[in-house]
Amino acid sequence: MIAVELKNVNKQFKGQTTPALDNVSVQIEEGEFVTVLGSSGCGKTTLIKMLNRLYEADSGEIFLFGKNIKEQNPVELRRKIGYVIQQIGLFPHMTVKANIATIPKILKWDKKRIDKETDRMLRLVQLEPDEFRDRYPAQLSGGQQQRIGLARALICDPRIMLLDEPFGAIDAINREILQNELKAIHQKSGRTYLFVTHDIREALKLGTKVIIMNEGKILQYDTPENIINNPANEFVENLIRTAELKGGA
Amino acid sequence: MIDYFAKHSDMLMSAFLEHLQIVFITLIISIVLAAVISYLLLKSKKATNITVNIFSQIYSIPSLALFALLIPLLGLGNKTAIPVLVLYNQYLLIRNIMTGMQQVDRSLLEAGTGMGMNKWQLVTKVQVPLAMPSIIAGIRLAIISTTGIATIAATINAGGLGKILLSGLRTMNTYKIAWGTILSVIIALVADMVLKLLEKKTKATKLNEI
Ligand SMILES: Nc1ncnc2c1ncn2[C@@H]1O[C@H](COP(=O)(O)OP(=O)(O)O)[C@@H](O)[C@H]1O
Ligand SMILES: [Mg+2]
Repeated sequence: MIAVELKNVNKQFKGQTTPALDNVSVQIEEGEFVTVLGSSGCGKTTLIKMLNRLYEADSGEIFLFGKNIKEQNPVELRRKIGYVIQQIGLFPHMTVKANIATIPKILKWDKKRIDKETDRMLRLVQLEPDEFRDRYPAQLSGGQQQRIGLARALICDPRIMLLDEPFGAIDAINREILQNELKAIHQKSGRTYLFVTHDIREALKLGTKVIIMNEGKILQYDTPENIINNPANEFVENLIRTAELKGGA
Repeated sequence: MIDYFAKHSDMLMSAFLEHLQIVFITLIISIVLAAVISYLLLKSKKATNITVNIFSQIYSIPSLALFALLIPLLGLGNKTAIPVLVLYNQYLLIRNIMTGMQQVDRSLLEAGTGMGMNKWQLVTKVQVPLAMPSIIAGIRLAIISTTGIATIAATINAGGLGKILLSGLRTMNTYKIAWGTILSVIIALVADMVLKLLEKKTKATKLNEI
């Protein structure tokens, strides 16, 4: 099954001279962990926000599981998509539990189910429920906050997860741990993940497939092995070379 | 002084209660109206600036002049007094509500929208709670301002403590003036204290006991 399909999607913001997305087409199979790699400003966030309709395309079509997203109510659509951002965006006036349960509460799950699921989510992201459930975001480290952000996005078991540089502000050691946990969560769930990063090693490590972007275009969409062995063009080749230099050091 | 109060307690207390009533009704209407206007303004920063500006101009008109302007339309008494007091409050309330709302971190709004909160849920569950300290500060100012300006409304027959003050002035009765002042100060002070406590509490939940 095709989870995500973009057909000739274009997007140009007002006041910009170049498009943020330039005739982008891609098909993503269900269950893939797709990393989206590219330097700052190349259109990664724009691509992600297109999928949950935070941005609307100027032209082209986007399908999630075969359904055109334009024909779906944006609020309903977003509730079926997990969304994690670099700034984490935990609500500071709510406890960890209330944060994780934001959408379940709106969907009027009963209290028992909310209790059970929030605890299950906390365990999933390796946090002891009894210790963390009643804390406020200000009482958590950066890594713990991002774990809660992840739990909040996962609780409704969305078929698609969008993660926009979720580990960008986290130190190297915790980042490594979180990467491994996320990979394990993905493998167990079988869901489709889109993970934005500008770190090539993160992209190659996490992705079952990698999208390489530059200046609003997708240069290559392939497995990490194929990208390393058969770079589509000079730009990708250069990118790989810089990564290997760093990796060898 | 105390003797005077004992002797005229009926009159003083009824003026006090009347005053409380004017302040209370004014406040309820003001808050509801300011909430509706603020909700409508959320979309546009420009419209917000213009609206706050207009209300700040109105706020700077002396109350007697506004009363005089509106009497031909609305008549004497509370029918004019309360609309004028409500009008004054709009500046204090809308300014503070909008400042509080605009200070909410954009990434929180994006996270909320992105996870599937609709606009109403975003406002009620995220923006308003986070703006609460600023909103309560606005309400405090509105109470103090209403309590004071309401005394002037006695000049147009609105009743309340202003009536006591006015007749005290007319007859040069210092007891009357003193009690009228004391009682209106009490309203403002008590309301101020209660809301200060509330304000502290909302701040405390936000930052928590770290
Ligand atoms: N809301 C916006 N308004 C105007 N321009 C934007 C907006 N969002 C992104 N852009 C522009 O679109 C381009 C792509 O941005 P973005 O998708 O955020 O890049 P990335 O996430 O890869 O760093 C950039 O030139 C950026 O300045
Ligand atoms: Mg970005």
